[in-house]
Amino acid sequence: MSIEDRKVKLVLGFAADRQEVELTIPDEEPTPWDLESKFSVVGGKHARVDALAKVTGRAKYTHDINLPGMLFGGFARCPHAAAEITSVDAAEALLVPGVKAAIPMTQDRVRYAGQPVCALAATTRQALAAGIAKVQAVYKVLPHAARIDQAMADAAPLVHRNQQSNLSGSGQPRNAETVAAELEKSAKVVRATARTQVQTHASMETHSSVAKWDGDKLTLWTSTQATFGVRSQVADALRIPEANITVICDFMGGGFGSKFGAGYFTAIAARLAQECGAPVKIALDRREEHTDTGNRPDSIQEMALGVSTDGKLGAYSVKIHGTPGIGRGAGARNPMIYDFPREMRAVAQVEVATNAGPQAAMRAPGHPQGSFALETIMDLAAEAIGMDPLEFRRINDSNPVRLQQYSDGAKRIGWEQRRKNGSATGRFRRGMGVGSSTWGGLGGPQAEVDCKIFRDGSVQVRNGAQDIGTGAKTVMAVVVAEELGLPLTKVSAFMGNTSDPIGPASGGSTTAPSIAPAARQAAYLAGRELKALVAKHLGVNADKLLMKAGRISTAEGKGLAFEEACRLIQSGEISARGKRRSNFRTYRDGVAGVQFAEVEVDCEYGLVRVVRIVALQDAGIIINRLQAESQVNGGVIQGLAYALMEERVMDRQRGHQLNADFEAYKVPGMKDMPEIECVLYDIANGGNNTSVCGIGEPTCIPTASAIAGAIHNAIGARVLSLPMTADKVLAALAQRESGK
Amino acid sequence: METALKLNVNGEVRQVLAPANHSLLEVLRERCGLTGTKHGCELGECGACTVLLDGEPVLACLVLAVECEDRRVETVEGLSNGAALHPLQQAFADLGAAQCGYCTPGMLMTAKALLDSNPLASEMEVREALAGNLCRCTGYWKIVEAVQWAGRMSTGDMVPPQCLRERNAAGGCSHG
Ligand code: FES
Ligand code: FES
Repeated sequence: MSIEDRKVKLVLGFAADRQEVELTIPDEEPTPWDLESKFSVVGGKHARVDALAKVTGRAKYTHDINLPGMLFGGFARCPHAAAEITSVDAAEALLVPGVKAAIPMTQDRVRYAGQPVCALAATTRQALAAGIAKVQAVYKVLPHAARIDQAMADAAPLVHRNQQSNLSGSGQPRNAETVAAELEKSAKVVRATARTQVQTHASMETHSSVAKWDGDKLTLWTSTQATFGVRSQVADALRIPEANITVICDFMGGGFGSKFGAGYFTAIAARLAQECGAPVKIALDRREEHTDTGNRPDSIQEMALGVSTDGKLGAYSVKIHGTPGIGRGAGARNPMIYDFPREMRAVAQVEVATNAGPQAAMRAPGHPQGSFALETIMDLAAEAIGMDPLEFRRINDSNPVRLQQYSDGAKRIGWEQRRKNGSATGRFRRGMGVGSSTWGGLGGPQAEVDCKIFRDGSVQVRNGAQDIGTGAKTVMAVVVAEELGLPLTKVSAFMGNTSDPIGPASGGSTTAPSIAPAARQAAYLAGRELKALVAKHLGVNADKLLMKAGRISTAEGKGLAFEEACRLIQSGEISARGKRRSNFRTYRDGVAGVQFAEVEVDCEYGLVRVVRIVALQDAGIIINRLQAESQVNGGVIQGLAYALMEERVMDRQRGHQLNADFEAYKVPGMKDMPEIECVLYDIANGGNNTSVCGIGEPTCIPTASAIAGAIHNAIGARVLSLPMTADKVLAALAQRESGK
Repeated sequence: METALKLNVNGEVRQVLAPANHSLLEVLRERCGLTGTKHGCELGECGACTVLLDGEPVLACLVLAVECEDRRVETVEGLSNGAALHPLQQAFADLGAAQCGYCTPGMLMTAKALLDSNPLASEMEVREALAGNLCRCTGYWKIVEAVQWAGRMSTGDMVPPQCLRERNAAGGCSHG
């Protein structure tokens, strides 16, 4: 402990589970907020700081950047799911009036339908389309395996030339023998195979970049979740210094995990711009967005669960097959929300390569798949031993937050009115189900924030990462306003320009918990400088000064209004940089969530209507309640889509996506949404000086599971495959009836 | 070949040159500098490009600009009256109905057409009217709430949501 360090006592947890901890923190850190903190701005319902720009149409997204002389870039794409490229010739394309440049993509083989083979730039989008049509590519078409069943079949065509099989992954998983032996001994063993589909991100703004050169300096506007990542990837691809690149993303229309990387199109836009001596915009169309920007991998999960007669979980084994397309990483995550002894689970992961666009992280990667399987086997086990599924979860879950959520949620959904599985009769049958989630979202270093206080009393906060719509900008502003005792309107927040301090990629729900603590520290340090000026001016001890309600004063009221104090600033501004430290002790190592669903099944047509979702979620201390609620609603609706609607369909013969649009790929609309009751928990989780945790991802994890449980309860049969469309519901019903 | 077009956008007559095969969406965004109207699919499937044509919502990606001569085009840029926001804009901002904001202009214009004829629209009527406008972020509830609030605000039934927000903010944060 250096002499500058100080000891602080904090209360972590929540009302039902308080934990007192003592910490040593360095001088430049503010005392972390905890359960006892009283807030005036934090936790309120605030309009986003950039709401005005969004509702007036002034907000500029990458799609909206139109520069003088700008050209439009795009791609000629291969129509075959697997082929050898004999030649790609753009000579004729270059003769089309308006076409300015063509860059063939160097490769000798294409492995999915829609893979780009040549990039073009033209003066208008019409000229671009005409040019693309004139690119002459000669292919030797090969057999393909665009679907998981095709890729797993005996003698399936090989997706990757250099591999012996389309299947790769763990052989015998860890603990396999222990688990097998334990299953043998279990009072009851339940087995089932769950299937989930490929889902696409379908952000409303498609992937897009605009590249503009000034000499050797490159400016990129791009719709991204990682401004700094784009900077380094493009520097790498073009072999130019990062120092020469500025990446700008003022506003972006959703990413959900698909916009982490620069994407091939960003570097190509820069190369086309260089070749043409003019700015180039590449904005993918809706088909390209579905087929070539990532997706959530599908899964086939074969499970066995052992359970004792009194409902305690024994051993669990699961073998997972999943398709990353031609990419990598298709794992379904089974984070073991419930209390399994660690050595009592055996998880085998097998990746199945397919001739389809590569997967990309999608909102809680792996978790919704894993959740659907785990909650399915949980419900089946509860049914097998004749136990209420909620009770079954309660006795197998020791997380204090979720235990609270189980009882709060049960009250809200009216769980005591839930009937036994399959006891409902008539054409319309109702049922209820439940699912749980866990997520990290603690954030960490790699975030720095500048806070400036100006002589006129205004305050600015800046970070170079991006606000992907979640409201990160507003989070920074709220935290700074709280720290300086100001109303939110006094703070301007800026994000989305790599000229500003480093920030995280927006993924893993880590943006807010990474930047909020840095923002708070920056405000704390800037405020401390201002306090010193006031102390000197008034002849009081700076340590005695508080910043509250727009004033800087002692407890007795001796002080100045914030604006008067700012006039003491000699140099024009006070500027301080906050740096995100590593996490200190936390209450829990992640956030907890539970969702309840009530559905009504039309047994004549197999249609499922979700009547109500009760979503209970913790996200540390809530910074802006309005945004947090919106994140919950948004997560739930994507989960509902996963449960009932969305599915990428690949053509067996030609290997194309058959529904690469919004007509056949059904994203939920306003009429599909159920009543959503959102219950937020403020948990002082510690870890950083604001106790903020992420909320973006966990809310989409258990929705499909809860809906599946509710359908099961309504019709007395389990639908084991997502999406739970009418045909599958009717098949499950028919099977139940024939089994009788 | 470019054609001279006379468009009436947000009450302002504009002369633009554009190829006859360009959609209203392209002309607004690329020739008039009005990028508030968004491009989501160009297939008539997402509603992001919704503008009003003689007061009726249309998908600007499916309308040719030449068809719009001598007709009234309204876009999100014309929604406010100078600095004074339209009640819909106020409600969308204050109730958090715009998340990433990309679907917002289309939502606002569709909602305006609804409220102009039916300011006290019911929840089901709002859902019906906006069924063709996709949003990937918000889960829709706050949009419905904002539309209903705006309608009632314009008839004097409701206070601006700003007041609601301040009340909530004043309540501060409670734990547990
Ligand atoms: S852009 Fe017109 S409906 Fe999608
Ligand atoms: S707010 Fe992002 S699409 Fe609606």
